Amino acid sequence: MQLSAEDWSAIGLTLRLAALTTALLLVLCTPLAWWLAHTRSRWRGPIAAVVALPLVLPPTVLGFYLLVLMGPAGPLGTLTQSLGLGTLPFTFGGLVVGSVAYSLPFAVQPLQRAFESLGARPLEVAATLGAGPVDRFITVVLPLARPGFITAGILSFAHTVGEFGVVLMLGGNIPGVTRVVSVQIYDHVEAMEYAQAHWLAGGMVAFSFIVLLALQWWQPERPRP
Amino acid sequence: MHPAPPPNAARASLTGLMGLAFVACLWAPARADEVSVAVAANFIAPMQQIVAAFERESGHQVTLSSGATGKFYAQITHGAPFHVLLAADDTTPQRLEQEGRAVAGSRFTYAVGRLVLWSAQPGYVDAGGQVLRTGDFAHLAVANPKLAPYGLAAQQTLEKLGVADRLKPRWVMGENIAQTYQFVATGNAPLGFVALSQVMEKGRIARGSAWQVPADMHDPIRQDAVLLNKGQGHAAATALLAYLRSENARAVIRSYGYAF
Repeated sequence: MQLSAEDWSAIGLTLRLAALTTALLLVLCTPLAWWLAHTRSRWRGPIAAVVALPLVLPPTVLGFYLLVLMGPAGPLGTLTQSLGLGTLPFTFGGLVVGSVAYSLPFAVQPLQRAFESLGARPLEVAATLGAGPVDRFITVVLPLARPGFITAGILSFAHTVGEFGVVLMLGGNIPGVTRVVSVQIYDHVEAMEYAQAHWLAGGMVAFSFIVLLALQWWQPERPRP
Repeated sequence: MHPAPPPNAARASLTGLMGLAFVACLWAPARADEVSVAVAANFIAPMQQIVAAFERESGHQVTLSSGATGKFYAQITHGAPFHVLLAADDTTPQRLEQEGRAVAGSRFTYAVGRLVLWSAQPGYVDAGGQVLRTGDFAHLAVANPKLAPYGLAAQQTLEKLGVADRLKPRWVMGENIAQTYQFVATGNAPLGFVALSQVMEKGRIARGSAWQVPADMHDPIRQDAVLLNKGQGHAAATALLAYLRSENARAVIRSYGYAF
């Protein structure tokens, strides 16, 4: 196996980044998706459009503007500096923020569709049986929306593993901190170390395939007509 | 309502007209040639100026693609349609020549790069570069030495100053010199090693503060140009390479802070 210690470090970093981003997205996007699914506010359209923006923006554009916004002269950077956190570019935290922004629509949209497809009826029935709102959410909504959660989780994880443009702009390629697999593969190709690039890329494809396959088995059976 | 013309006659005359137009297009008078050039990211600004003058004088058209030399090597190896390569180093054109992908004997040095330690903040970098020893900065932007000759030169400079080990943990690496410049220009890295050509405007460094690294601190950053196989026998490509060595072009190159 031609993977160096640097390659393994990049793989570990990528998996940590993807896992943390997915966890954060599922926590943040559940209330957002719920609101989008049920609200009748006139802000629904604009907010849904903003959520979908990372789908159409080129990742390097997103990464560049995050670099500017999170830098010492930008609004986000001024905020983090005033909180004593320094600036986010070139840190793992900065990558997490960038990844959350980049994968946001991939988490919100499946959840929103799952919540919408529930309809109001199961919740009304549960309410007539005396279940409070939190109880309704945990015992009715979550199990029924499980396919949506699984899809949102898979997509966010996979999308973050494959992230390149945003990391390239924000990361600074620091080994062990911001040098993720996609940047490592790119560096191997640029330096004409094709054998190492093939091993790393092949390994990631194989890993992703196995994970996706395993998650398919986890999906609840769909009712046959 | 006008009577419709007889369908067969209309169709025939329309087809005849289109056919004539098509042949006329093929029979256009001899156009000036179009040269496709791959140019290193750090040289794009002077090249645009040189090309503008070349196009005026010769009547040829030039299309420029700017990017990382390593990427161009991979693309050229896989059949990219460039006629000419202006690299950021001398090893890539040499390699292309050895592998038979470039015309032997067409390689020459079109510029020698100058390295500069630059900060967007005025007064941050002193004229002797002492900030490298005394400075308390969190990040130092450097182009990846594995990929970019300016990054390699920066590494050599730091080693010569004896501060390489101490400063290595503070590096943030750009994939190419353009990205390195972005890190410094946006203020995310307080200072960094960039190409003099990137910060030079009208013969002086317009913004921020800088230390022009003396040429003996690192191996010369020789930037070589070469005629690729696709450009062999292409009159305009050969003319462009000749123009690059002319005094007019050299004056422009010099004004951007390059040496020869």
